[in-house]
Amino acid sequence: MITVKDLRVTFGHGADAVAAVQGVSFEVKPGESFGLVGESGSGKSTVLRAVVGLNHDWTGTVQVDGKPQARQREKGFFKSCQMVFQDPYGSLHPRHTIDRILAEPIAIHRLGDADARIDRVLRDVGLGPQFRFRYPHQLSGGQRQRVAIARALVLEPRVLLLDEPTSALDVSVQAEILNLLKRLRAEHALTYVLVSHNLAVVATMCDRLAVMNRGRIVEELDVESLRRGAAREDYTKQLLRASQGYDRAAADSFRDFA
Amino acid sequence: MTNEKPLLEVENLRISFPTRTGVTQAVRGVSFSVGREKLGIVGESGSGKSMTGRAILRLVPSPGVVTADKVSFQGEDLLTASEKRLRDIRGRRISMVMQDPKFSLNPVMTIGAQIAEAYRVHSSAGKAEARRRALEMLEAVRIRNPERVYGLYPHEVSGGMGQRIMIAMMLIPNPDLLIADEPTSALDVTVQMQVLAIMDELCSKRGMGMIFVSHDLNLVASFCDRILIMYAGRVVETCRASELHEAKHPYTRGLLDSLPRLDDTRPELPVLTRDPAWLEG
Repeated sequence: MITVKDLRVTFGHGADAVAAVQGVSFEVKPGESFGLVGESGSGKSTVLRAVVGLNHDWTGTVQVDGKPQARQREKGFFKSCQMVFQDPYGSLHPRHTIDRILAEPIAIHRLGDADARIDRVLRDVGLGPQFRFRYPHQLSGGQRQRVAIARALVLEPRVLLLDEPTSALDVSVQAEILNLLKRLRAEHALTYVLVSHNLAVVATMCDRLAVMNRGRIVEELDVESLRRGAAREDYTKQLLRASQGYDRAAADSFRDFA
Repeated sequence: MTNEKPLLEVENLRISFPTRTGVTQAVRGVSFSVGREKLGIVGESGSGKSMTGRAILRLVPSPGVVTADKVSFQGEDLLTASEKRLRDIRGRRISMVMQDPKFSLNPVMTIGAQIAEAYRVHSSAGKAEARRRALEMLEAVRIRNPERVYGLYPHEVSGGMGQRIMIAMMLIPNPDLLIADEPTSALDVTVQMQVLAIMDELCSKRGMGMIFVSHDLNLVASFCDRILIMYAGRVVETCRASELHEAKHPYTRGLLDSLPRLDDTRPELPVLTRDPAWLEG
């Protein structure tokens, strides 16, 4: 479904150039849920933004649904590939009603039948029609993230790219959103690419994952090995150890990986 | 826990905010005491955990109203203390680390100057002495090459380093009690561990007490000695950190269950259903 080969992204020029992504390759099969894990600055979000076309300055190959993608995406691409962002407080227009937020992608893609589509997608994400004419500030964080998911789903895409979809939410709300995302994937046969720094979230959501550090993929492993803690690379082992709660001895043994 | 007198005693703390639609009670009758230990306060957003931490130093923003039967620090009443007296206590004897170093450090002062200032305000030390102590402190929080970092501005350092600088600044006057409000939640897990290890070591070395406010149950359980669990402005449960997994209150249980785990094979995460009775429980 998604093939990325030797993806490189550099920000800035000359002496100030920062190579954020340095030759990343991975493949995601149709219907699969793929996780990208790493610490801040590892380039995981940049990879996602290059795949979805928000970042124009990249080199390498990006194929989505068998089609090689140019730097500038055509409209049809966004019909099949949508993104959900981290911060539900920042990603919804504060002066648009939920109805207008959801109607916009329908109008852009000239799908028609907006009324029925909006009604259906709101039910799909577990919000009743009573939310339709409210503004984002009238909703809680979890409800807003549901609207953001609805906005991505309203085009009936085949691929959903999720950038830290629950890290701004409380744990009890996080559980609701993760359950919702799981259910939607099963019902609509979606392909997910989930970016997260939380290994436990990736372990519940994904089939396979890649661990990134400093712009490179350190290793790829399936979720079974992650659960067993069977990582090959020292970096992944350190990350696993750090996610298992505070441990004085472990903290002293941590080192930087270049 | 030890038998000695607690550092801080709080009884029946209440914080309310008047709003257009009536009075909102952020904290409703919280009591606890802290000795020379690490006390964790856990809760979701809006549970009143941060406000509780701020109320101790009378830092609740206006128009919030704080009342309590008792807020006493080593026998001294903080509720009625004068502003001048409080300025002596803040930083010198109780200090506070906030969540985000980006907003807590002065952007137009070098890091070294800020740390040295924190020291000089609370002691009669001269410039050279303050500089020496600031460099020592930077080293204590494991900043490599403290001489170089001393001359940097806050925007030139990473988030993890910024947080360690904040901790250095808060610890340099050698306080008896440290209130840490989500001190590591903006950091990567490995850096978070390292920062916690520094605080842990300084706590045990200096016999300092610590209030650790966080939303992260597992982190608090592994780091603190004792935990208060807050819900809707009240403490619903208090337990030893090592016994958190045997917690009895349905809210605590629900929170623990709803956390995704690495070894998770549950097809669905259990969702917390909130019982209105918890508001009073």
